[in-house]
Amino acid sequence: MPWLSLLRPGDWLVLLATAAAVTASLPLLWQAGIGEHAVIRQEGRIFATLDLGQPRQIEVSGPLGNTLIAVEPGRARVVSDPGPRQYCVRQGWLSRPGEIAICAPNRVSLQITGRTRIYDSLSY
Amino acid sequence: MTRSVIELPVSDEDRRIAGLASAAVLLSLVDAAVPSPLPGIKPGLANIVILVVLLRHGWGTAVWVSLLRVLAASLLLGYFLAPGFFLSLSGTVCSLLTLGLARHLPPRWFGPVSLSIFAALAHIGGQLLLARLWLIPHDGVLLLVPLFAAAALFFGTLNGLVAARLLQEEPVPAPPVHD
Repeated sequence: MPWLSLLRPGDWLVLLATAAAVTASLPLLWQAGIGEHAVIRQEGRIFATLDLGQPRQIEVSGPLGNTLIAVEPGRARVVSDPGPRQYCVRQGWLSRPGEIAICAPNRVSLQITGRTRIYDSLSY
Repeated sequence: MTRSVIELPVSDEDRRIAGLASAAVLLSLVDAAVPSPLPGIKPGLANIVILVVLLRHGWGTAVWVSLLRVLAASLLLGYFLAPGFFLSLSGTVCSLLTLGLARHLPPRWFGPVSLSIFAALAHIGGQLLLARLWLIPHDGVLLLVPLFAAAALFFGTLNGLVAARLLQEEPVPAPPVHD
């Protein structure tokens, strides 16, 4: 290959080192898409911050009654809520950073956060 | 009435810089015509000229050619003083500063390809830095670093190989100067 003869030993070193650095930085591309914590707010104040690593359930009391929140590895949801329209329950599992379920009547919210904040909030 | 004539003396160096800069501008236009998957990812063909100029005529000439290229290409493509112009300028300045340091590496070991990769990484680094500080003041921009760095590696290697190939040729003798 005539082209390969144009590369000097140091060039190979630079090439390989840069390629290694690029490969090592690849997880950055995905990092933003992984939720790490579930932040539960009551009356706008942080009630609990749960690690999305371990499964657990937590009850939050509000003016209407108790809101039940479930955490599973990598995701969280509102299981039940005393609110009349059940929007936050019907939103289902939340897993991406920024996603939020708001149980407005009971003044409870559940938000997923990641290492970096790409959105202030996401809702469907 | 005497007619006043303003004459600007033009040196051989000026002519050479102008000629080389026009070659770089032409390649910038080719660059702009290449479709790109993501804004900011471009082959950067003009850097081939900058590399050859750096290694044949020195850093000072490379700075002139490079800055003239940014100016002329932005005028021709219509983004002079638009955000793209400042991104291009900051990338070029970072790239030139890096080349200023990297050209002192022992040439026996580090050839045009190394210089080209360093320059490409500095170019994208300068652009991202300005974009982060000014245009998109949010860390989300930095999540694209792997993509940009991969593109810089790929095109940097390619441009470096072309520059190395061109540098193997005998230098074209300077055109005769008529005065």
